[in-house]
Amino acid sequence: MTAQEVRLCGLLLREHYGEVVEKVGTHLLRSGAQNLRTIVHETGMPLDLVKKCLCVLVQHGACVFSLGRKGPGSPTEYQTSCSQILTILRYPRYIYTAKTLYGDTGELIVEELLQRGHMTMSSTVKTVADRLTQNMEDGRSMDYSEVSSSFSKLVETHFLQRCPPLPGAGTTDSTTPAAPSFSDCYKVPHVTLCGRGKRQLSSEDGEDQRNAKKAKLDSDTHGDEGIYWQVNFERFHLHFRDQAIISAVANKLDQTSSEIVRTMLRMSEVTTSPIATCTKPLSANEIFRSLPSNYNIARPILDQYLTLLVDDPMEFVGKAGESGGGMYVVNLHRALANLARATLESVVQERFGSRSARIFRLLLRKRHLEQKQVEDFAMIPAKEAKDMLYTLLSQNLAQLQEIPKTPDYAPSRTFYLYTVNQLPTARMLLQNCFKTVANLIDRRLFEAKENKRLLEKSQRIEAILASLQASGAEPEQLTEVEEMITAPEKQQLEGLRLHINKLDSAENQVDETIFLLESYINSTISVY
Amino acid sequence: MAGKGRGVAAFSFNIDALGIGRGSMPESRVGPNPLFPNTDFKPVPLKAGEDEDYMLALKQEMRGTMQRLPHNIKPHYNKSEVERYTERYLKQRQIEDEEWTPDWNLFPKELMPQKKRPRVKADTKKKTVKISHKDTEEMLSKLDELAKKDDGNPEKSDDETEKKTEGKENEEEDVEEEEYDEEDIEEENDYIDNYFDNGEDFEAGSDENMDGEATY
Repeated sequence: MTAQEVRLCGLLLREHYGEVVEKVGTHLLRSGAQNLRTIVHETGMPLDLVKKCLCVLVQHGACVFSLGRKGPGSPTEYQTSCSQILTILRYPRYIYTAKTLYGDTGELIVEELLQRGHMTMSSTVKTVADRLTQNMEDGRSMDYSEVSSSFSKLVETHFLQRCPPLPGAGTTDSTTPAAPSFSDCYKVPHVTLCGRGKRQLSSEDGEDQRNAKKAKLDSDTHGDEGIYWQVNFERFHLHFRDQAIISAVANKLDQTSSEIVRTMLRMSEVTTSPIATCTKPLSANEIFRSLPSNYNIARPILDQYLTLLVDDPMEFVGKAGESGGGMYVVNLHRALANLARATLESVVQERFGSRSARIFRLLLRKRHLEQKQVEDFAMIPAKEAKDMLYTLLSQNLAQLQEIPKTPDYAPSRTFYLYTVNQLPTARMLLQNCFKTVANLIDRRLFEAKENKRLLEKSQRIEAILASLQASGAEPEQLTEVEEMITAPEKQQLEGLRLHINKLDSAENQVDETIFLLESYINSTISVY
Repeated sequence: MAGKGRGVAAFSFNIDALGIGRGSMPESRVGPNPLFPNTDFKPVPLKAGEDEDYMLALKQEMRGTMQRLPHNIKPHYNKSEVERYTERYLKQRQIEDEEWTPDWNLFPKELMPQKKRPRVKADTKKKTVKISHKDTEEMLSKLDELAKKDDGNPEKSDDETEKKTEGKENEEEDVEEEEYDEEDIEEENDYIDNYFDNGEDFEAGSDENMDGEATY
């Protein structure tokens, strides 16, 4: 939990759950596992508020509780972790991915689950059906079975998973199973759910009452009480990683190669574990059979493409044997490392210019170089090369390695070699990204606060306009209300909206870099 | 600091061996780095496309929705008149379950809200509300009654009057007021107030008189 991560988590908690939850959450992040009394004492907040905050945090998976460390009988301890809170940045991407894969129904299911933390299948299906019905034309409504089938599809492909059961009170030891490893994780329960979505009719009270009565009858058990579902972030991350590799291949080579890689990844979705270095070997025959039907390439052409992919210096695809026409694997970890390297190089290029980027790439490839060698290999005049190297050094992007000739480290008799280490540099840039996003959020909150009066006024006027239109007013009344905002104020509002949209969009895009760097760093952590 | 004195920029070793001359040193620092340095290279513009626009809309919608859900806990603050005006004109998409209760099977039992204690507090709070709506004249007449009753402790009743006219912001004072009113309104029994000594009179009296005396 670095300072930048804690700051960013605090801002995200504040934006989504309020300042009270932010206070409790950041306190827990900074101080590790604590029990309820200590939290109340150290934050100085009333007990019921702290309880509510902890409920919210546990509901959304940001906080886990476990039995106290001093053995049974000691109070439960609560612990938050940064990684779960930082996924909030990625919520729009998850929802958009669900939309592209499973349509509007999938999108709404994932959105509901992200907003509520965890829910039962029946309540999710009902809520989503109601929302879809609202957006449909009059008279049509969404059937529960359609939504249920989308839900089942999401569970089968492991995008949703069951919440792990509560650790038994006092009976289990400290090794509670990690979330996906218990047996019923992806089993869809048998749910008796039939009906259609209900449209919310705000103007008819009688029908509302009838609906309310019906809702009470329906809210009896549907056979899945106590089984809660949550979004499986890991699966989404694997999907994003695959997408990144495919788009990299498409950018470097061509569309057909990316289709081949996509086919290979799709075939090995189920057989590859999340921490695998590369996919299971696939024979060229299998790949040929599984290519999508609209890609009519001949067998020898496929072989040529595969050879090209293997020979490419980015090493996305490797050859693992000769049986079956050639066994090919996708090198996942190496692909991630190369993508991270490309990110680092582009960061240096955009910050310090293309010549500094050339020096940086040189140091990455040649590992250790003396200053003279850098000047020669990069073909940059000495003075400028020196300047650029010192700039990179001062920004911590390059390091100096001393190799003494004599034991007394005399400067005239020591080699000074410049070097770049990819992993520590990636970690440093990741922290920079967190700081960037925190700054973006800060600035957005500042802009909104500065213009709070104007924003509230415009909101009020919109509300008045909407109510007038609903009750059927004449155009003169509408124009009169619209003119309550003066022209310079309108301009100011436009500018403000543009700024806030830009800041929001920037957050989304910095998050893509964060994802890439995080995946790379996590892939280098070896799990034995 | 060898070499300081005659030649300030003299090095302790032979500089030529390193291959750099005296003139090719970088500039010496004159202070900390500026807080907002000039950037020679401006940042690349953001990606703009359908996907990005859609995700932007999703993000802003989600933020707005999550701020309206019951998960979003607002700190206790007094709603002033201005708040109600804006709420009346702002159209809000009402989320059905305002009161969210988690499934207690998945949560530790200690997080359940305690139902006993807040009842006492709620009662006393209701009484403060009632008091604030009461007529001030009624109050003053009651104070006069109390003043007549409390012949033994004229100072205490003066204190009480002062506290009551100050205002009802201080909760402790409210509690004291309510207790006093409670005794007035509800106890319809034969006990006279003067005979009941709950210790407050003793302290108030002694605080007043013990300006110069020593405390033990």
